[in-house]
Amino acid sequence: MKNITAERFTDGKPNLRRFHQACWDEPIIFELGQPGQRGILVPEVDEGIKSEVRDPFTGIPDSLLRKNRPQLPEMSQPAVLRHYVHISQETLGVDCNIDVGQGTCTMKYSPKINDQLARMPELTELHPLQDETTVQGILEIFWRFEQILKDISGLDRFTMQPGAGSAAIYTNASIIRAYHTSRGEIDKRDEIITTIFSHPSDAACAKVAGFKVITLYPNEDGYPDIEALKAAISDRTAGLLITNPEDTGIYNPKIAEFTRIIHYAGGLCSYDQANANGILGITRAREAGFDLCHFNLHKTFSTPHGCGGPAVGATGVTKELIPFLPVPLVDFDGEKYYLNYDIPNSIGKIRPFYGVAPAVLKAYAWVMALGAEGLREAAEIAVLNNNYLLKKILSIRGASAPYAEGKRRIEQVRYSWEKLYEETGVHSDELGIRAADFGVHYWTSHHPYVVSEPCTLEPTESYSKEELDEYAAIIENVANEAYADPELVKNAPYNSTVHTIDHHPLDDPEQWCITWRAYKRKAQKIPV
Amino acid sequence: MANHKTVYPYIPNSEPNIKAQMLKEVNANNVDELYSDIPVHLRFNRVMSLPPPLKSEYELRRHLEKTLSQNKTTKEYLNFLGAGCYQHYVPAVCDEINSRGEFLTAYAGEPYDDHGRFQSLFEYTSMMAELLEMDVVNVPTYDGFQAASTALRMACRITGRNKVLLPETLGVDLLSKIRDYLKPDIKIGMIRHDPVTGGMDLQHLEEAINGDCAAVFFENPSYLGFLELNGAEIAEIAHQQGAICIVSVDPISLGVLEPPVNYGADLVVGDIQPLGMHMQYGGGQAGFIASRDEEKFVMQYPSRLFGIVPTKVKGEYGFGDVAYDRTSFARREEGNEWVGTAAALWGITAGVYLALMGPQGMKEIGEGILYRSQYAKQEIGKISNVSVGVFQAPQFKEFIVNFDKTGKTVAEINHSLLEKRIFGGKDLSHEFPWLGESALFCFTEVHTKDDIDQLVSTLEEVVA
Repeated sequence: MKNITAERFTDGKPNLRRFHQACWDEPIIFELGQPGQRGILVPEVDEGIKSEVRDPFTGIPDSLLRKNRPQLPEMSQPAVLRHYVHISQETLGVDCNIDVGQGTCTMKYSPKINDQLARMPELTELHPLQDETTVQGILEIFWRFEQILKDISGLDRFTMQPGAGSAAIYTNASIIRAYHTSRGEIDKRDEIITTIFSHPSDAACAKVAGFKVITLYPNEDGYPDIEALKAAISDRTAGLLITNPEDTGIYNPKIAEFTRIIHYAGGLCSYDQANANGILGITRAREAGFDLCHFNLHKTFSTPHGCGGPAVGATGVTKELIPFLPVPLVDFDGEKYYLNYDIPNSIGKIRPFYGVAPAVLKAYAWVMALGAEGLREAAEIAVLNNNYLLKKILSIRGASAPYAEGKRRIEQVRYSWEKLYEETGVHSDELGIRAADFGVHYWTSHHPYVVSEPCTLEPTESYSKEELDEYAAIIENVANEAYADPELVKNAPYNSTVHTIDHHPLDDPEQWCITWRAYKRKAQKIPV
Repeated sequence: MANHKTVYPYIPNSEPNIKAQMLKEVNANNVDELYSDIPVHLRFNRVMSLPPPLKSEYELRRHLEKTLSQNKTTKEYLNFLGAGCYQHYVPAVCDEINSRGEFLTAYAGEPYDDHGRFQSLFEYTSMMAELLEMDVVNVPTYDGFQAASTALRMACRITGRNKVLLPETLGVDLLSKIRDYLKPDIKIGMIRHDPVTGGMDLQHLEEAINGDCAAVFFENPSYLGFLELNGAEIAEIAHQQGAICIVSVDPISLGVLEPPVNYGADLVVGDIQPLGMHMQYGGGQAGFIASRDEEKFVMQYPSRLFGIVPTKVKGEYGFGDVAYDRTSFARREEGNEWVGTAAALWGITAGVYLALMGPQGMKEIGEGILYRSQYAKQEIGKISNVSVGVFQAPQFKEFIVNFDKTGKTVAEINHSLLEKRIFGGKDLSHEFPWLGESALFCFTEVHTKDDIDQLVSTLEEVVA
C-alpha cells in the first residue's frame, strides 16, 4: 500500500495527491459581525418624495407592522464576502475535482463562456412580462433550442417550463392524466408502471399526479423484466415512466417491446432522459416508441448544477400530445417570435413564466459549440470513458459490477462492494467517506439498495484518461486500505473540512435543529 | 497521416490517438461495439440535422451576443412590471458569490465533500427563519408557485382532510398551477373578495369553511397589490375548524411588515427572487416553505431540510439531512411528494443578500418601497380619468391603476408607453375582466422620484 504522505513521486510516477479539503473552521454567519455594521446601503428616498408622503405607513394597521427587529447578521461587506468565499472553498464543485463519483448526475464541464453570456444584462435585466417585441432575442433562443431537442429526440414539441428533472417527470405524468381524462378513461386508468432502476421521482411524481405505482424489478441479467411487464398491464394501465439506460448503465434492448406492450394496453410511454449523455445522436425516443420524454439541461446539456438548481427539465411530446402541454409555447410566425397561449387542453402552468432562461441559453450555447458531430462525440467519449473506468474498477480487489456480466455499459455503472464488505466489514458508504480524503466525490445509490454495497460512477466526456486513471487509483488505494486496515477507512475522514459527524440528532424531533434559531433554543438553550 | 477530425476543447479524449488507445484498452475495435446492447433498428443512422456548429469560442460569443442584443432591457427602459417577478437592486457581492465555480458547479456531494454547500444553505434557511420568525425553513423549491402548492398538500396530509380554500384574487397562473397540482384528490373552494378592501370576504369564508377544510390560503401582499388587513381573523376562522392557515408573503416586505406567524399563519410560503436574484426573464424564481418546529409539520415536508449537528471535535459544526426517511429519495412513492434538483444556488444567493442587508437594510428597503409606491399612487391618482382607488386597502409595492374612463385599453396605453421607453404595468384586463381596463404597476427601491414623475407625465400625455 502506498504511503501517500511519504513521497510525491515513486519511480518518477506521481503518487496520490496529498490533498486536504479547505478548512477555515468557519463560524456560522450569526456569530460574525457587530451591531450596527452594514453590508450594503440602499438607495435613499428622494426628499421630494418624503415631503409629499409624510408617513409611508399611512393606512397600514399596527397589526401588520413588524414589531421585532429581525435577528439577521450585521456585517461589513468584506466580512460577508470573506465568509462566503471561505465556505465556497469548502465545497467541491466540478471546477475543482475529477467529478466522476456522482453517478447519475452527469458532472460534466460547464463551459465558462456560457456562464459569461448568461450574465449579460440583455438576459439578466429582462422582465418576463415585457412586450414580446422587446424580448425577441431570448425568445429566439428558446425556439432554436426547442428545434434542437426535437431533432435529438425525434419528438414534436418541447416546453422549457419544468424547473428540473423531477418537475419534468411530474409534468409528463400530468399530461398522461390529461390525455386519459380527455378520452373519458381517467377513472379507470390509474396505474403507472416504472422500474426500480429508474429515478425515485418516476415513482414519486406519478403518485402525486394521482396514480398507483407498479415497480418492476430486473431479471437476473439486469434488464427490466418483460414478463413482469406483461403481467402488470391491464385496462388500468395509464402509462410507463422509465429510464434507459437505467442507473446500472445497462441499456434495455427490448425497450421498443416495452413501449409496444404499454401502447397495446392503452397507455402512454414517457422516457426519463434526465441523463441522455451516452446516447446523443445514437438512439432516440421516437424510434423506441415513446410519446413523451424529458432532458435535464444541467446534466446532458452541461448547464451548471448550482448546488442543486436552478435548472430546466425540458419536456417533449409527440404531435398527439401537444394540446396538453403547459402554456405558453414559444412560436415563430416567420417574422417574429411569440408566446402562444392557444393550447386547447393545456395542463396549465407548471411554474411562473416560461422556465429558467439562463439555463436554456447555456444549453443552447453548449450544443452550438459542438454541433451534431460534436454531440455524438460527447456521447461516444462518455461511453468509452465509462467502459475504460469499468475495466479499471473491476481490477480492484472486492469490486464487482452486478448483472450483464462481460457486457458493455453505456454512460455509468452501478458497482457493488459486497465482496469487499464480506471480507473486510467496510461498507460502501465508508469507502466514499475515505475517498473524500483524496479530493473526490463518491456516491452509493438511490434507495432501496437493490445492488448491495452500491457505488455509482459516471465519468462523462469531460475527464482525460489520466484523470480517470487518477480516480481509479484513489478507489484502489481506498479498497486496499480496507483490506489492510479496515479501521483506518472506518474512522475517515481525516482530510475533510470537518470530522466525523454525529447524525443522531437529525432524526430526533427533540434534538434536530433546522435553523440557527432552533439551534440556539434547543442545543444552546438560549431563550428566544 | 492527415486527420481533420476536430479535437473538442470540452472533450479531452476526443484526441484521436488517445481515443484509439482507450478503445484498444477496452478491447473494442470501434465505438459501435460499445453500443452492442442497442438494437440496430433503434440506432439513429444519420447525422442529426442540427445547425452548423460555432466551434470557436469567438464565433459562439459573437452569435449569442448578437442574438441577445435584440432584447430591450430594464436598464434601457423604465420598468414598472412586477406581478411575481421584481426589479430590485442586486448587490455585486450576490453575483460574486453565485458566480464562484465551487458553488456554481457543485451538486449533491456528502457533507464531507461539500461542507460549504450545507453550511451556506443552512445559513440561508436560518436567515429566512429570522425574517419569518419561524424555526423551520426548507432548502429552496422551484418557485413560489411550487411552495404554495406543496404547502397546500402538506396541510392536507397534516389534517387528513382534502379541501382547501383560496381567495379569488389569486393570479390565474398561480391558480392554474395549484389546480393542476391538487387535481387528483383535493377539492378547491374559492372565497370571494371584499369589494372595498380587496381582502377575503370573511362572511363568505365562514359560510364556506367546515370540518372538511384542510387549509385556508391567502397572500400578503396579494397578487393585486393590496395588503390583507384581516389576517388574524382569517387564521382564527381557519383554526376554529381545525384547518391550517397558509400565508404567501413577499420576503422583501418583512423588514417593515409583520411576519405572518404573528397573526396566526401555520405555514408561510413565497418566492425569494426579490432577495438578490436578477429577473432573468423569469429565471430567478425560487420558493420557500416555513413552519414551526413541530414534528407534525416537519415530517410532511418533501424538501431537504439541513440540520446542524456536532462532530467528534468539540465546537466543530457539522451538517446533515433532517428526517431523510420522509423524502422520495429514501422511500420513492411512499415519501412526501418528491424531492430533487430545484433552486439551491438562489437560496445561497438570498442568504448573501440578507447578510448584506442586515436588519437595518431590510427596514430601510421596506420603508423606501412604501414611500415610492405611496408617492406613485398619489401622483398617478391625480391624472384625470385614471383611478388608483380600486381597492382601499394599502399596498406594499404594487397597486392597480384603472383606465376605464380614459376610453383607452391597457394594451393601447402600454403600447404608447413603450414608444416612450417605458414598460407599463401588467395588463389585468384578460386575467380579471371584472376589473375592466386595469393594470398592475410596481414600484421598488430602484425607482427615483424622476422615474416616477416621468411615468406620471407620460401617462398624462398618453391618456389625454
